[in-house]
Amino acid sequence: MHIQLALCRSFIFRVSLFTMLVVAVGFAPAQDLAKQEDPLPPGSSQLIQPEELAQALKRAQRPVVLYVGPKSIYAQAHIPGAENVGPAGRPEGMEKLRARATSLGKESPVVIYCGCCPWDHCPNIRPAYAELKKAGFTNVRVLYLENSFGVNWKDKGLPVAAGE
Amino acid sequence: MNRRAEIRNLLIALAVLCLVFGVGLIVRQRGHRDSARFSRDSLSNDSLRTVPDLSFSDLNGRAIHMADYKNKVVLVSFWAAWCVPCAEEVPQFMALQKKYQGQGLQVIGFSVDDDAQELQSFYRKYQMNYPVVPSDLKLAEAFGGVLGLPTTFVIGRDSRIHAKHNGATDFSELEQEVVALLEGEQN
Repeated sequence: MHIQLALCRSFIFRVSLFTMLVVAVGFAPAQDLAKQEDPLPPGSSQLIQPEELAQALKRAQRPVVLYVGPKSIYAQAHIPGAENVGPAGRPEGMEKLRARATSLGKESPVVIYCGCCPWDHCPNIRPAYAELKKAGFTNVRVLYLENSFGVNWKDKGLPVAAGE
Repeated sequence: MNRRAEIRNLLIALAVLCLVFGVGLIVRQRGHRDSARFSRDSLSNDSLRTVPDLSFSDLNGRAIHMADYKNKVVLVSFWAAWCVPCAEEVPQFMALQKKYQGQGLQVIGFSVDDDAQELQSFYRKYQMNYPVVPSDLKLAEAFGGVLGLPTTFVIGRDSRIHAKHNGATDFSELEQEVVALLEGEQN
């Protein structure tokens, strides 16, 4: 009887310990794991910095620049020559992106940008990037705008155009 | 394993658990802070932009005239229901509105490119206590341009813009600005 009680206690102790460790390991870093799965983490090779893009746009062989954010920001200021596709986070914007992509070569250099919101929270840029990758585009880069188009492009004195 | 050893092991396990949770929490909060970077433009006195006497209709069809807010401190928040950091700010704007409305504060939300139904649904869900106006290009340009969300303008009793917050707002700093303007200090 005494041995059975001891075994029972030991079993409960081990189960409790195991459960606590599983919860601790599984719960605490869950948020960070989610971040690590970001397909476009800052510093990754798919990203292009504003100054680098501004230089690239001066060359004869300039990339196709697609804007995938809300129209009101595009109308106020956008990268000269950028095409307004519309917010890729919405079905109508995604449809327009798909339609535009069909007329581009899969190896064409394409840069997409949004800048509507802080980078981590942009609802448009990741769906647009995923769609172009899924469609087989091999030379897509994403303009890294950490805060917004205003702060990270226009306020730096980089060229802009206005109008729809 | 005797009882004392069991208790000791259990305490060690609890300590490890607390440590793991603590580290997880710190890392998570640091990540949140990093993702909530903001910048603030403080406008010098000689370049303060005066808000024009605009008129517009809010979500409920009520006419709003900026001229009606002369002698009030106004927080204008350009935001969108689809913008996560903007939506996170709404309860904090509501709290400021509630706390300082008696002293002359008015918050106004200008929604950017929101679907009308989604906006109405958001407004009802949060029971927002300040007017929300579907904005347009003209409105954004009247404030000197809004090229990213959220963007918040702090307007003094003199109808001039005293500060512009780009990105997620630091509400402790914003509250200090509001209090200073309500008390008549001009920064």
